[in-house]
Amino acid sequence: MSAEVKENQAIESGTERRLNMIEAINDALDIMLERDPDVIVMGEDVGYFGGVFRCTAGLQEKHGKTRVFDTPISECGIIGVAVGMGAYGLRPVPEIQFADYIYPGLDQLISEAARLRYRSATEYIAPMTVRSPFGGGIFGGQTHSQSPEAIFTHVSGLKTVIPSTPYDAKGLLISCIEDNDPVIFFEPKRIYNGPFSGYYDKPAEPWKRHPQSVVPEGYYKIPLGKARTVTEGDAMTVLTYGAMVHVVESVCREKGIEAEILDLRTLVPIDIEAIEASVERTGKCLIVHEATRTSGFGAELSALVTERCFYHLEAPVERVTGFDTPYPHSLEWAYFPGPVRIGEAIDKLLKD
Amino acid sequence: MADRPDADREAGANKPTLRLHVPEPKFRPGDTVDFSHIKVSEPGAQPRPDEACDAKETAPLCHDLIRVLGDDNKAHGPWDPKLDPDTLRTMLGHFALVRAFDERMFRGQRQGKTSFYMKCTGEEATSVAAAMALASDDMVFPSYRQQGVLIVRGYDLVEMINQIYSNKGDKLKGRQLPIMYSSREHSFFSISGNLATQTPQAVGWAMASAMKGDSRIAATWVGEGSTAEGDFHSACTFATVYNAPVILNVINNQWAISSFSGFAGAERTTFAARALGYGLAGLRVDGNDALAVYAAQRWAANRARANAGPTLIEYFTYRAEGHSTSDDPTGYRSAQEREEWPLGDPVMRLKNHLIALGEWDEDRQAEMDREAAERVKAATKEAEKNGTLGHGMHQPFRTMFEDVFEELPWHLKEQAEQATRERLIKFHGGRPQ
Repeated sequence: MSAEVKENQAIESGTERRLNMIEAINDALDIMLERDPDVIVMGEDVGYFGGVFRCTAGLQEKHGKTRVFDTPISECGIIGVAVGMGAYGLRPVPEIQFADYIYPGLDQLISEAARLRYRSATEYIAPMTVRSPFGGGIFGGQTHSQSPEAIFTHVSGLKTVIPSTPYDAKGLLISCIEDNDPVIFFEPKRIYNGPFSGYYDKPAEPWKRHPQSVVPEGYYKIPLGKARTVTEGDAMTVLTYGAMVHVVESVCREKGIEAEILDLRTLVPIDIEAIEASVERTGKCLIVHEATRTSGFGAELSALVTERCFYHLEAPVERVTGFDTPYPHSLEWAYFPGPVRIGEAIDKLLKD
Repeated sequence: MADRPDADREAGANKPTLRLHVPEPKFRPGDTVDFSHIKVSEPGAQPRPDEACDAKETAPLCHDLIRVLGDDNKAHGPWDPKLDPDTLRTMLGHFALVRAFDERMFRGQRQGKTSFYMKCTGEEATSVAAAMALASDDMVFPSYRQQGVLIVRGYDLVEMINQIYSNKGDKLKGRQLPIMYSSREHSFFSISGNLATQTPQAVGWAMASAMKGDSRIAATWVGEGSTAEGDFHSACTFATVYNAPVILNVINNQWAISSFSGFAGAERTTFAARALGYGLAGLRVDGNDALAVYAAQRWAANRARANAGPTLIEYFTYRAEGHSTSDDPTGYRSAQEREEWPLGDPVMRLKNHLIALGEWDEDRQAEMDREAAERVKAATKEAEKNGTLGHGMHQPFRTMFEDVFEELPWHLKEQAEQATRERLIKFHGGRPQ
């Protein structure tokens, strides 16, 4: 049974409980804290208060202060102690309050967590899931809006996972926590409370009308390294992830384009089979991410598609990304790769 | 004092002009060395507070120097750990083995058997005596000069040399720079090579141990130069915030490659005094006095075991040799420093103490040294059967790609196939063998 079918069955047979992404993440953490006494949740403001985005609300009260607790404002320290806890045998799930704040912890992630299994020849491992809200579109300015995923995909030994729906967020997060490798789990904060069409000036959509807001009770997993086909189509393949999945979907719907949208979900290891199969069929490939363009993950995707599907391509690979600038506060919607930028790229690909 | 009253707000009014201070060590190559500015405290004169005391009671000890062994080769004062002669002889035996090992491995590097080595000459007590004061299952997060811990814990010398040679017996599969050991069996964490990263990790391990109601504590070692890293600050903060059962050992051996301790702040205060700002217990200890090292480490261990809190210990010592085989200290410091070092040599001091007790003599010492050298020589010969670095390929090709992740993902499988292909082209003209 494919993961896809399993998922659909879970949705159909579920109790029709509808959650937003924050609730789904909270649910996953709650379940894992319950199931595995070695799981601990820590981070700035995650304890009593329940996190600035409420992802850990109620968890301290339920699981106790030594399982869910606040930390000093020190990302280096948070990741560093998580490495030590992993060496002890725990499965820490640290939260970095904003992805933009993760940089002081980079040495501990890149040189320590990511290398520990290799350098100790499996004597020690760092099984941690670093959760962090990322991405813009919330008027967060240049320190609360970045999408630094490519920094992590460039590091051997790290997995990078980005959900785009409540259902996936829960199942992927459970997989990450059970994974024995360190995982960066970026949560697209623009879609915590609802999918996003890309039109910031239109009323926000809540999750409850989206089919993937049906989140079954209890434990389930979505395998890492597997993309999700969001829509099937022949016009082109769109490779995307996070909040942009919804923007692309809405643009395609609006333009009446039958594109095959792949939500990559895991960036490392990437689901190359799904990418190849789709691009070989459609012959066209659009890559969409919110992060800055140069050396962004889109560059890797473009290279993979070009190297592996070149003779199936009917047009050059197109990339739609954020601009190579810091995320500006007042001009954030000019920065954001919204419907106009995506629409232009689609038109160009269809013309070629 | 300089003054800048409000009336003088116009630009350029400040007098005198500001000056940047760039630290400079007292002695450079060729200089005559005079260490009389170093305050050497009276052995036995330092009070020993209760192990569960309020951290601030240790404040005077952060600016003192805890010493036990006097010039009379006798043990003095409340910090005397009162070890029996057998234990002292065991300690001396570890010293002999560490020194013999360092000598032989240094020579091995010069003979081209490996790429790199780091001796711990002059600071043996800070790892040997400290490790002896811990329980064998207490978790240690070492820096790169704590071979003494492995020797104390009975790690097989052949295993150590296999790692140094990156040969086919190296259980780290030739992946790590020589001396970056790892031994879970000996509760010895994998050495990083990036500096001070082990310090918050030790705190995290200790936090986990406390969460689980375990009995084991953690200890970490870091050089005085590396205390400048943010990781060390994070470690101190987390240690104090969660009252983690951890010991933070700062080895102040005066030199970080060519940078003297002034570049980590030693001109202004002691490293032990860092403890005060965090509310950690702090001790400043003569690192060349094996009994003082043992006593301080034991004090901190007991404190941690009693949930009474973490301790930061500065061991004041001297790096008697270069930073590593890649370093030439004659280029930046006076050769006289080693001879003039006011705290002497840790091995000599312990030996002389045992002799003064009537429990040892020079002949037995010579025999101990000879036996240590023989043991290292035999281990070296054994390890060389597994090969030396650069002479042949010691690890199967695929091991390069293993353990990056628990499972080999598709992109690493492809790269492993490429590596195999390259090897076929290089050695067999592209024909599969």
